[in-house]
Amino acid sequence: MARFIFRRLVSMVLVLFAVTIITFLIFNVIPNGKPEVRMAGKIPTETNIAAIREEWGFDQNVFVQYWTMMKKVFTGDLQSYFTQLDVGDEIVRGLPATLSLAIGAAVLWLMVSIAFGLYSAMRAGKVADRVLTIFALVGISMPVFWIGALMNHYLGFELELFPNGGYVGITENPIQWLYHLILPWTALSILFIGFYSRVLRSNVLDTINEDYVRTARAKGLSERRVMVRHVLRNSMIPIVTLWGLDFGFVLGGGAILTESVFTLEGVGQYAAESISQLDQPPVVAVTLFSAFFIVFVNALVDIAYAALDPRIRLEG
Amino acid sequence: MRDLHVSFRTEEGVIQAVDGVSFSLQRGEVLAVVGESGSGKSVTVGTLMGLTRSPNAKFEGEAWLRTAQDGDGREGLELINASDQQLRRVRGEEIAMIFQDPMTSLNPVQRVGDQIIEQIQAHRDLGDAEARTRAIEMLDRVGIPRAAERARSYPHEFSGGMRQRAMIAMAFSCEPDVLIADEPTTALDVTIQAQILRQIIEMREESNAGVILVTHDLGVVAEVADRIAVMYGGQIVEHGTIDELFYDPQHPYTWGLLGSIARVDRDRPDRLPAISGLPPSLANPPEGCRFRPRCPHAFDACRQLPDLEHRGGRSSDHVDRCFLSDEQKRTVREVDGHVGLMGAGATS
Repeated sequence: MARFIFRRLVSMVLVLFAVTIITFLIFNVIPNGKPEVRMAGKIPTETNIAAIREEWGFDQNVFVQYWTMMKKVFTGDLQSYFTQLDVGDEIVRGLPATLSLAIGAAVLWLMVSIAFGLYSAMRAGKVADRVLTIFALVGISMPVFWIGALMNHYLGFELELFPNGGYVGITENPIQWLYHLILPWTALSILFIGFYSRVLRSNVLDTINEDYVRTARAKGLSERRVMVRHVLRNSMIPIVTLWGLDFGFVLGGGAILTESVFTLEGVGQYAAESISQLDQPPVVAVTLFSAFFIVFVNALVDIAYAALDPRIRLEG
Repeated sequence: MRDLHVSFRTEEGVIQAVDGVSFSLQRGEVLAVVGESGSGKSVTVGTLMGLTRSPNAKFEGEAWLRTAQDGDGREGLELINASDQQLRRVRGEEIAMIFQDPMTSLNPVQRVGDQIIEQIQAHRDLGDAEARTRAIEMLDRVGIPRAAERARSYPHEFSGGMRQRAMIAMAFSCEPDVLIADEPTTALDVTIQAQILRQIIEMREESNAGVILVTHDLGVVAEVADRIAVMYGGQIVEHGTIDELFYDPQHPYTWGLLGSIARVDRDRPDRLPAISGLPPSLANPPEGCRFRPRCPHAFDACRQLPDLEHRGGRSSDHVDRCFLSDEQKRTVREVDGHVGLMGAGATS
């Protein structure tokens, strides 16, 4: 176990290192990636550009520039090139909204997927299963920016059932917090529910035919206990992996579209704005932040995996 | 069990898996059901517990657990038409089952002890500690060393033989009246097979349960069974005591089965004789006697389906489905060398 954690930590650091290098270098390759030109204003002059270049250290070689930026990332001195705002502060400011969105949606989509997937499998081939199948396919096919915009417009703007975007802190007003998050949670979960319930349905159908499920029936257990203890538990193992990946992604600000559509002003929306301005420091920092969550949650999933399936041992 | 018919609707048509099977089982008795793969033996016994129930299955006939004459105060129950709720109470409590593959028959993510406790608590009103004590006692009785410790192991930490022992412990944990063992030794090493079989018989002796032993291996049967029912194409083709079937077999299919056992008391043939051909399709069974297409002794009469009745042999309980006369059978058996085990005993 200790060996497992150590190996995991080492590979985590390597992955994060690679992520920062790639994100950093992209700005040296893409057209219009040079910040000094855009920082110089609408009518840049040569002297202006040269001054900015020297002041911000853009004239130094790439390695030095990378080193300087990474040092700033870890000392918390990183500044946006365009707003001059502190990147760390901005991320921290967006964190409550992002965490609220991610945790709430991840719980919602996992629960609903289990219910739908299990019900669908138990009614396989019947009307209820077909209806749920159609819903799942529709859910998978609807992009979040579209369904989110529709919800916002009809439920928020026209019917005024829900607030038209925005985020309220949970400590400020828990009821308003919930009220503002219902639409974003739903919009973000729809795709995952469609996908997960399909995967779970087919896992359950496979597991139902296992010999140990027949044994469970032959023991005289109630149908409910057979389904929950023997079928569902074994069908959940692959779902946990998927869930860990997606949860880590959303947690790290990956729900860029959802955050932007509902103007939650979380880390994802910050990332979206920074990318549209080709603002290198926040993009590198947010990417590093997201990658950290994905890698970290993945390690947690591997540990959970071993708890769910005793045949798996955590070895280096 | 009286005149059981089981059919399944499939894409290839209706499969008549069991076609008029009847038998009875007394307390403490071991009935062996023998036949090739696809002869309907597993479906027959699975139906007793309702394990074959599905939307595309159709059942006819009846099977009684206890009859009114038993007089032990408990009511009889007809199993084929019993409700799911009634069957659930019977499963594990009155009829228990051991399956073929112990590798896949235990839940891989649940501790072995917990799987036994789960069954005990499904039927007995016992607390966790009491149920655990009982489970450990059962594991100990089936010969698992350090049972208390091993109860906390997962199935993958057990060997095949130990898993089957755990299955036996589980099956006997609620003291069933009937134990169904569906090919309990087929998936095991040859060296373990005899031990497992002996374990089942030993546990049966303690609990006085009736045992239905399903197998395709006549060698397995010889040691432990009281009676044998030979199944072919969804029907019983011969049924008698173990001595009757081994020493005076009446049906050509039984001769074939006996002929394909390796014998240490005879010269070794280059190849063991096999019954040529394939088992009949249950979707489209042959007309008349099911064994006719593969039977070397078939004649005109075999186009009619022979009833299962007393035709040859000493006891009137020895029944078979073959039209050959007693004399014809004796001649054929002497010429072909299918003399049963008696001939060997007489010459050596």
